[in-house]
Amino acid sequence: MALSTVLKSAWAKPVVHLLCLVPLLLLVWAAFNDGLGANPVEKLTRETGQWTLRLLLLTLALSPLRQWTGEGAWIRFRRMLGLYSYFYCCCHFSIWFIADHSLDLGDMFEDIVKRPYITLGFSAFVLLLPLALTSNRAMLRRLGRKWKPLHRLVYLILALGIAHFLWQVKADYLEAEIYAIIAVVLLLHRVSPFKRLTLKSFTAAR
Amino acid sequence: MIKIKKRWEIPESEVTPEPLYRRRREFIKAGAAIGGALLLNPWSNAQASYPVEGYQPRVISIDEKLTDEEDATGYNNFYEFGTDKEDPKKNSKHFRTDDWTIDVSGHCEKPGTYGLEDLLRPHALEERIYRLRCVEAWSMVIPWIGVPLGSMLQTMQPTSAAKYVAFRTLHDPVRMPGQQRSIVPWPYREGLTMAEAMHPLTLISVGMYGKTMPNQNGAPIRLVVPWKYGFKSIKSIVSIEFTEEMPRTSWNMILPNEYGFYSNVNPEVDHPRWSQKKERRIGEIFKRETLMFNGYAEEVAELYDDLDLRVNF
Repeated sequence: MALSTVLKSAWAKPVVHLLCLVPLLLLVWAAFNDGLGANPVEKLTRETGQWTLRLLLLTLALSPLRQWTGEGAWIRFRRMLGLYSYFYCCCHFSIWFIADHSLDLGDMFEDIVKRPYITLGFSAFVLLLPLALTSNRAMLRRLGRKWKPLHRLVYLILALGIAHFLWQVKADYLEAEIYAIIAVVLLLHRVSPFKRLTLKSFTAAR
Repeated sequence: MIKIKKRWEIPESEVTPEPLYRRRREFIKAGAAIGGALLLNPWSNAQASYPVEGYQPRVISIDEKLTDEEDATGYNNFYEFGTDKEDPKKNSKHFRTDDWTIDVSGHCEKPGTYGLEDLLRPHALEERIYRLRCVEAWSMVIPWIGVPLGSMLQTMQPTSAAKYVAFRTLHDPVRMPGQQRSIVPWPYREGLTMAEAMHPLTLISVGMYGKTMPNQNGAPIRLVVPWKYGFKSIKSIVSIEFTEEMPRTSWNMILPNEYGFYSNVNPEVDHPRWSQKKERRIGEIFKRETLMFNGYAEEVAELYDDLDLRVNF
């Protein structure tokens, strides 16, 4: 089956929806089956944070994929993946606000102001909101030319998210570094000289 | 708050009778018992944690709920066996501690290489229930079994030149696979001032929850300094050195502006990246206030009367 047929098929979107929900379902299942380990709050916070970044990276991988494969249908999934990233980000924020700060706003803002890695993470969370709110077709039409520059904020958000992750590592940077490298590749791909370079090497390899 | 049983309060029945005492020594001789375990399960050379007998229970305790044994033995920072909390339990299954020796060196009258048994033999094992506060802002309550470090160090006869005690963990990347990645400049190093090392609360521990020390918790012998962040309580010790200079310690070597030599639990002095005001007790959802010196201020605060704890964090 051709790639285009798969991407455009009627069940492609439901499948992607389901895949995006798998991490959440696994966590909920684990929560009710004593599967989150000794420190469930930490586990939930970490997992939802990681899925926020993973889905954000996937969202930003779609347009390079379109160019590499010459198949435009990848873009069908971009809004969806972006919104799921935001969804996991909301979970991440809520768990932290509830369990670490007992829903105390003053306590929370003190942390945001005082801890640089939290400042970065919180900024990313706040900046994602306008993107989520303007992700539907109606807003796209209403904003017209302003839509694109607004949504370019996602590059800044990704950088903030990666820095938020890197900055809290105690000693083992491996996972955070992998995310950072993928992010750098995806961002470089959007700078035209590199775009040509990565495209060339890819087509050459093929 | 802390209950320390005086010698005269220990009922006759709790004083180790000789046969039990002998048996305990045999238990500590891990090799023999493991031979038995091997017979039972020839497919596994895993070192099981088995009951210790003949220790004085609850010599020091607190009125706080013990952390579930499964949590205390399944959620560990022991980078020698991996950096995830679940790694040490998984990756230390086959770690063997037979014929464990400790190298004693530096400013003392009795340097040498000692077998674990020989070091333990002269001392009565005690159970002590202590809070353990990790620098990552979580905590546990653990019933350790061990002997006061001070009594053990005294048998080595430190000289007046000894101002600090330096400890090292085993360095063996084959047996400790986490050491194949250079996350920490191996071997792991820790240290105490002589006053801290001789303090009656400082414990050298060989067991927990009534059993020998599980591999993932630092078998066969580790330090427990309840008023300091957990990383000071070095695991799987193979070297004790009495020094005149302050020894270098691993986390201080990695990030000197974040981890000091003293690393006393202190809610007033934050870690540069996160707050130390509160902690999550394992088994609870919401955080609780962190206590000065982890709740042992009455016992240890005087050690630091002359120190500015903001500078000497």
